[in-house]
Amino acid sequence: MKFDAIIIGGGLSSLVCGIRLQEAGKQCLIVSAGQNALHFSTGTFGLLGRLPDGTAVEEPLLDIPKLPENHPYSKIGIERIKEYAVGVIPFFGKYGIKLCGFNGANGWRFTPMGTFKPAWLALEEIPFFKSPDEVIGHKALIVNYAGFMDFNSVFIAEGLEKKGLSCRIESVKLKVVENLRANPTEMRSINIARVMEQEECWKEFGRTVHSLLKDEDVVVVPEVFGLNNPLVCDWVREMIKANVLFVGTMPPSVAGIRTQKLLKKAFENIGGTFLMGDEALGSSISDGAVTSIKTRNLDGTLLEADDFVLASGHLFAHGLVASTGKIEEPVFGLDVDFVPDRNGWYDKNFFEKQNYLGFGVVTDSRFRAFRNGSLVDNLYVIGSEVGGCNSLNEGSGAGVAIMTALRVADEIIGG
Amino acid sequence: MEKKEVSFNNFEQCIKCTVCTAYCPVVPVNPRFPGPKQAGPDEERLRLKNKMFFDENLKYCLNCKRCEVSCPSGVNIADLIQSARRRYSAATPTLRDTMLANTDVMGRLARPFAPIVNSMVATKPVKAVMDVVLDIDKNRTFPNYKAHGFVGWFNREARSKQAAYSKKVAFFHGCSTEFQHPEVGKAFVEVMNAVGYGVELMNEECCGVAMIANGLWNQASRHAKHNVAVFEKMVGEGLPIVATASTCTFTMRDEYPHVLDIDNSKVRDSITLVEKFLFDLIDAGKVTLVFKKDYAARIAYHIPCHMEKLGWSIFTKRLMQMIPGVSFTVLDSGCCGIAGTYGFKKENYEYSQEIGRPVFEQIRALAPDFVCSECDTCKWQIEMSTGYKVLNPIVILAEALDLPATTAANRR
Ligand SMILES: Cc1cc2nc3c(=O)[nH]c(=O)nc-3n(C[C@H](O)[C@H](O)[C@H](O)COP(=O)(O)OP(=O)(O)OC[C@H]3O[C@@H](n4cnc5c(N)ncnc54)[C@H](O)[C@@H]3O)c2cc1C
Ligand code: SF4
Ligand code: SF4
Repeated sequence: MKFDAIIIGGGLSSLVCGIRLQEAGKQCLIVSAGQNALHFSTGTFGLLGRLPDGTAVEEPLLDIPKLPENHPYSKIGIERIKEYAVGVIPFFGKYGIKLCGFNGANGWRFTPMGTFKPAWLALEEIPFFKSPDEVIGHKALIVNYAGFMDFNSVFIAEGLEKKGLSCRIESVKLKVVENLRANPTEMRSINIARVMEQEECWKEFGRTVHSLLKDEDVVVVPEVFGLNNPLVCDWVREMIKANVLFVGTMPPSVAGIRTQKLLKKAFENIGGTFLMGDEALGSSISDGAVTSIKTRNLDGTLLEADDFVLASGHLFAHGLVASTGKIEEPVFGLDVDFVPDRNGWYDKNFFEKQNYLGFGVVTDSRFRAFRNGSLVDNLYVIGSEVGGCNSLNEGSGAGVAIMTALRVADEIIGG
Repeated sequence: MEKKEVSFNNFEQCIKCTVCTAYCPVVPVNPRFPGPKQAGPDEERLRLKNKMFFDENLKYCLNCKRCEVSCPSGVNIADLIQSARRRYSAATPTLRDTMLANTDVMGRLARPFAPIVNSMVATKPVKAVMDVVLDIDKNRTFPNYKAHGFVGWFNREARSKQAAYSKKVAFFHGCSTEFQHPEVGKAFVEVMNAVGYGVELMNEECCGVAMIANGLWNQASRHAKHNVAVFEKMVGEGLPIVATASTCTFTMRDEYPHVLDIDNSKVRDSITLVEKFLFDLIDAGKVTLVFKKDYAARIAYHIPCHMEKLGWSIFTKRLMQMIPGVSFTVLDSGCCGIAGTYGFKKENYEYSQEIGRPVFEQIRALAPDFVCSECDTCKWQIEMSTGYKVLNPIVILAEALDLPATTAANRR
């Protein structure tokens, strides 16, 4: 089966690249072994929150030129990054994904730990502030579902109290959510969100919270609304009649899952083919170019294309695989950049910079991969799999995914 | 195919991300079902310690495999659930479950009386009795049993003509083609013959999927062993095993080893669906299809759950899109709620209709000429719930093809 381009992986980078290519009339196939990092997203996109030396970044576009030469952003070049950056909000907007930002400057997300973290853009329902000192209100009512452990009212209260708000904590029992408590390990954001999709349920929640409200001007609730329709968040706000903050819970992320669904639907609606639950197993390479790949499900059917894009994620997504002393890319056997001494891979303090997160596939300036030291002409690498940056440390995860995806799509479209 | 299990059905690979739960159709409608993560990898850990951790509510799992398709870690979640039922369930199948599970026996019993049986099960008093005595929901419509089956037709009308073909396939027709929808089998033979392949039937048994669902484990294993032995003989003679039903195909490829522990490794990769078989031949330039000039239809495609799991809907899409005059819309993928015999049971009827609602709503909104689907139980569910006709892709293809011209194009 022949396509213009085949993309391996089904996450943010893959979908952005696939949509861009389909829009330009290229016939694309996406093969994805399962769901992806969007399901664990904070609901915000980072472009650059910190320089590699730890300096905080306020205006990503001003600091990107300071990045080292082999950083993916440096390979793309600041002029292109600026052009792509302006296009991000309209690109997602066209497919029903509303992103909010502060004209390119970093904003601040309120975390489930009660702290503020920088980010570049936020999905519409995520509380996102211009500065951590922005006045939110005076009194806050924090409401959780009884028995829901992935939303910690106490941490949130502590965070808000530091900002000078006085807080009151309440929990609500709704029959439909109580049902979920029978299966404690499944009492997660997504389960509640699926119940809260039903009109009677979000209305009952809205009514209940409204009746608990005394003189508070801020209400904080878990982000479990709008799994399919983000308007539900607005409707809940209207019912409660206060400044309602939908604060992220532990993953899975409701806003992230919705984003994934919308991007996948957009890709398919403009003619793309998406194989969900299938896995690229191996490839044929001749004369320095990939000719076809094989997948687990389509045994016997060769998948051919002019260009191939590897977007299969980092270690967490199995795009890279670690064994003792070695990190490998399993589908093509590409060259990976890592330090040979395993002791240099990680810091024992979980919250410190972890070097292993900076490992990735070696690419040239156009994001083409190398195998045994030689360039593979038509195989590009995008997203978190690309070497040259530690995106968790820099707060550049979604940014690297989107920018490399757009760059490679343009490379393929250009010829 | 490379084996990637590190532990039984990969359960140790679970990273507790709960993504599977986000895609399980039962979770939002039935609070008694623990959900894929808890019922699968979480409880497997406990069950291995002590079987008292087995929860009979696992029976609410549809075995739709949507959890597995979404899992980023390759955990065979539904296989864990089904094999836990096999290993630990103390429930004995009721008369109703046994009747529903034995699709083949029921078909054989009903056949001689088909007109009477069909009109009887369609009447209110009989439905009421079935509802009370058997717990088969009274709102359910039953598929019609046909008085003359597919195999009888094949023996009378088609068998003698098959010797003329040098290339051959072994056709696994399955129960519903034999008892309810012989037109699917006839369409298969017509199309295969037109593209230059002869058809052979085998001494097949029901694939056993309904027995697995209803806890008739020994019987399911007997059927599986029988079929694997029959397939080994055919494959040994160089014939691929080709089927028209996605669930039978999936069951024989993957449930035999994963749930029933029956080794099918010699034949697994030779068991295929007609859509994949035809597409691969066309793609390789070995077969040409010639379509009627005046065929036109607006088709909505419902992808059955097991077709999603197989990952083969791409072949059906490609084939249907080859037909000029067809406008083809793929519905948002979702379970129709029937899951074989699940939706026939009184205790599941409402869940079943609730699970399928988004699919029915999309079909009504599109108002297609008909719906395309590879699964006959999806067909019954969608026809009953929406009033729209559902056709197997091979039936659509047989209708759309200019058969004499296709035959001529492939005669070489
Ligand atoms: C837990 C977590 C939370 C994060 N949160 C944020 C956040 O809030 N904001 C932010 O900006 N960034 C975040 N990131 C960073 C994140 O990596 C990027 O934002 C981005 O989503 C990465 O997208 P991707 O397309 O590169 O890879 P992924 O989203 O990881 O997708 C890789 C895909 O490839 C598939 N795959 C792997 N191997 C194969 C194969 N052989 N065949 C077929 N498919 C295969 C996987 O199943 C997966 O679907 C987070 C990362 C993680 C791990
Ligand atoms: S999706 Fe897979 S890894 Fe995640 S909780 Fe479910 S079984 Fe575990
Ligand atoms: S097989 Fe289907 S019903 Fe069963 S747990 Fe998985 S998703 Fe849920």
